[in-house]
Amino acid sequence: MTDDALYYVDAPLPETPEPSGEPRPWAKTEVVGTPRPRVDGYERLSGTAVYPSDLVLPGMLYGAILRCPHPHARVRSVDAAAAEALPGVVAVLTGASPEAKDVRWGYGGGVTTALFDPVCRHEGEAVAAVAAETPYQARDALAAIRVDYEVLPFVADERDALSAGAPKVHESGNRVGEPTAYQRGDVAAGFAAADVVVERSFRTACELHTPLELHGCVARWDGDRLTLWESTQGVFSVQAGAARALGLPLAKVRVIGHYLGGGFGSKLQPGKYTVVAALLARKAARPVKLFLSREETFLCSGNRPPSNVTVKIGAKKDGTLTAIELTGLGTGGAYPAGGTSLLDWLARDLYTCSNVRTETTDVFINAGPARPMRAPGHPQGAWALEQTMDDLAERLGMSPVDLRLGNVPRVSQTRGGQPFTTTGLAECIREGAKAFGWEEALHGDRSREPARESGEGSVRRGVGMAACLWIGGAGGPPSTVLVKLFADGSVNLNMGASDIGTGTKSVMAMVVAEELGVDPDAIQIENADTATTQFATPSGGSKTVPTESPTVRRAALAVKDELFRLAAEQLGVPKRDLELRDGALVSKRDPTKTVPVTGLEGLRRQGVLVGVGYRGPNPEGKVINPFGAQFCEVEVDTRTGEVRILRFVAAHDSGRVLNRMTFDNQVFGGITMGIGLGATEQRILDRGQTGKMVNANWHDYKLPTMLDVPPVMTSVPIDRPDPEANVTGAKGLGEPVTIPTAAAFANAVYHATGVRVTDSPIDPPTLCRLLAERSKEGATP
Amino acid sequence: MDKSNGVTRRGFLTSVGVGVAAAAAGSRLEAGEQRVEVAEPGEMAKVALTVNGRRHRLLVEPRWSLLFVLRERLGLTGTKAGCERGECGACTVLVDGVSRYSCMTLALEAQDQEITTLEGLMRGEELGPVQQAFLEHDAYQCGYCTPGQIVAAEGLLRVEPDPSVDAIRHGMSGNLCRCGTYANIQKAVLRAAELRGGGPGGAR
Repeated sequence: MTDDALYYVDAPLPETPEPSGEPRPWAKTEVVGTPRPRVDGYERLSGTAVYPSDLVLPGMLYGAILRCPHPHARVRSVDAAAAEALPGVVAVLTGASPEAKDVRWGYGGGVTTALFDPVCRHEGEAVAAVAAETPYQARDALAAIRVDYEVLPFVADERDALSAGAPKVHESGNRVGEPTAYQRGDVAAGFAAADVVVERSFRTACELHTPLELHGCVARWDGDRLTLWESTQGVFSVQAGAARALGLPLAKVRVIGHYLGGGFGSKLQPGKYTVVAALLARKAARPVKLFLSREETFLCSGNRPPSNVTVKIGAKKDGTLTAIELTGLGTGGAYPAGGTSLLDWLARDLYTCSNVRTETTDVFINAGPARPMRAPGHPQGAWALEQTMDDLAERLGMSPVDLRLGNVPRVSQTRGGQPFTTTGLAECIREGAKAFGWEEALHGDRSREPARESGEGSVRRGVGMAACLWIGGAGGPPSTVLVKLFADGSVNLNMGASDIGTGTKSVMAMVVAEELGVDPDAIQIENADTATTQFATPSGGSKTVPTESPTVRRAALAVKDELFRLAAEQLGVPKRDLELRDGALVSKRDPTKTVPVTGLEGLRRQGVLVGVGYRGPNPEGKVINPFGAQFCEVEVDTRTGEVRILRFVAAHDSGRVLNRMTFDNQVFGGITMGIGLGATEQRILDRGQTGKMVNANWHDYKLPTMLDVPPVMTSVPIDRPDPEANVTGAKGLGEPVTIPTAAAFANAVYHATGVRVTDSPIDPPTLCRLLAERSKEGATP
Repeated sequence: MDKSNGVTRRGFLTSVGVGVAAAAAGSRLEAGEQRVEVAEPGEMAKVALTVNGRRHRLLVEPRWSLLFVLRERLGLTGTKAGCERGECGACTVLVDGVSRYSCMTLALEAQDQEITTLEGLMRGEELGPVQQAFLEHDAYQCGYCTPGQIVAAEGLLRVEPDPSVDAIRHGMSGNLCRCGTYANIQKAVLRAAELRGGGPGGAR
């Protein structure tokens, strides 16, 4: 996977022109970098924000999709007559319907099937759809559709997929392709030269995105023009996908996504539901709202694939790494979906090591296809690599902090030794450790003063840490942004990007405010509408801030330059002698020569100044990555296996901090999601009997609640602008903050108990069992 | 029609529909006598709902949830649909001042009860104190669970105007936030207690 693939747009990317001039980095900032409540806080908190699922249009129907209850089946026939006769039912679509039968759906890897394909390769595959006056009637209609399935044998676990006689997911077999291999140096020689070699196997369970807003859209036709209000991270990606599936020109498909209730990677692309909603609306000649049920989102709107990884690391006595070897097995489900994507990236690039070999094997199983989930591959890779590093530190008698500090890379070894623009890893580890009080915590009395009452001596404390980088976080072209300044001095910001909850709109308004001296809250923002904004890639991959903020700055600077030109004319001073201060243009040499923005005659005549910003290219031959380190303290009740997380400290280098408030919020959110991976979340498929998911709901699939996260979380930003990266100096943040969390947690549990838990999640039953096994072996925890 | 059947079913749904916040706060499961005609599925029944102080009279199917009626019939989309099975709390409203999952409450059950949604916590066009506290502490990201969090916080603070951190952690644990803003929500609820005037008999 290349960095470009992180754009997740399944269509050619438009090129944007190279911007002219190179604005200087900000020396000091007035607005950027301050903690500031969000500019759209009022809308989100008052209830006035209209999310796609909130929309109610006149005459609107409700759509629903009938889904295959089996992990693998062939649809012999579908009888929808009874459903069509039910009250309130307006349209029914099956694989045989003329409106649907020729519609193709593209999965990853160039695989296409019919929209309602007769072969269902996973539980929850779409079989038919209805639109009715109410969602209740739509569900009634689904229940009335009779489907004759030929149930086929299935494989529900990637560890079984390559066994002899395993049922085939596709006729070609269960391998997605040849294993992906990477090598540099000579690992055999590296291990031979090592004083200590550690090797261990790990597994992370499959994790589900489950954003709070369900996946779906409202579809409406005006003649042959389609408008979709979709809960999406990328309106242009949905436009491209829907236009392709429906055979429409781009100009006839408008996608609006002003708000969305979370995505985490699962809403980077359109779904079958998008196309189904459009087809139902066309057939019914009425708008259709089609949002999945919560259970459906567990089956067919993506996941973080399970991972099976063996890591072997060799090191000298002084901690110098001599070799790293990683082998991995994973699955993206029933279609090519990057089942092992980036699983090995940290092993390849996080630490200095000349001899590295990795090999990952991606297989098919009969389960819902994966979608990118917040830092694809990285948290799973960190779970394995960073626990092994912890192991290694112990074997070497070194502090985990010192071992990592001794191997901080200055160049991206896996990209031919290209230097990183900035490497904040050492600072993250050092400053994080300091804020955490790592040394004292590591060597403190671990059974002293448990934070809660428990049986004598059964509660143990432990600390752990882990580090990370993220392959993306550079951002880059294309992006085009407009900033408009009106004659009355008010400002409008027009950009294509979605604000997925990371505070994009707020940060961009602050960038405009920095350049034009206006109140960020007074800036009107138009965004995420294919009809009224310029092309933007989906918001994801920690690239939105580094992509859009430089573009926004350039657009604001274009307006500013125009202001200077008009003022220079009016005041009779050279442009370069002017500055913008408190809403007025002032001569630096003669401050009596001044004119307020609203007093510019040229502006009054024009009515509006339009500044266009383009995203310039990233520097050649350099790599821009964010880095981080997290530290965790836990308390384990060794009788019950319960783990209480007492605190987390997270130090992240993401270049310049643009809004300290939303920065910290991302950090806490990343930790919370990482706690889910490490401690509570797992998709459970009935591997032996039915192949079905047995916990497709939030009662049985456990998201962290407020009680599962520590009351104390500390964000330690390594706030160092990266002037080479782009003109705002910011790198991405959303992904790195969740990468090391689960590994740091597992290391803390090990420190507390002496038990190395290799399989996620570390829940009480698992830990209890491992503690019992350990005490049987005669060791005392 | 057998009235006792309806009452029994409602009793069951009422108890499973109560949010954790309410349960923790010593909820009132029996909200007084309910006089609702029992109707068959598919048949429309009359219901009068008092939402944010306004009375709405409408025809509903007996199976329609309060959530569905609020969002899709009354246009009160501040209340969000996250799971429609009583797991996430995005649909939390106050029923007679107590936090309830509106997805697990039938519209018919809410007859003659005071329903308060997110919109009802506004002070005219201004954010109410809990909303203001969420703004100040950035206690949200995507904002989709947020209305439920705010209403649950309001419900908690009506019972415990000056809650401890532990009471907040327990009281708010029935509301999921996938963006993971719990740390800030905790701070916001403390701040909201302050803004509401705190102490017994604080501002309501």
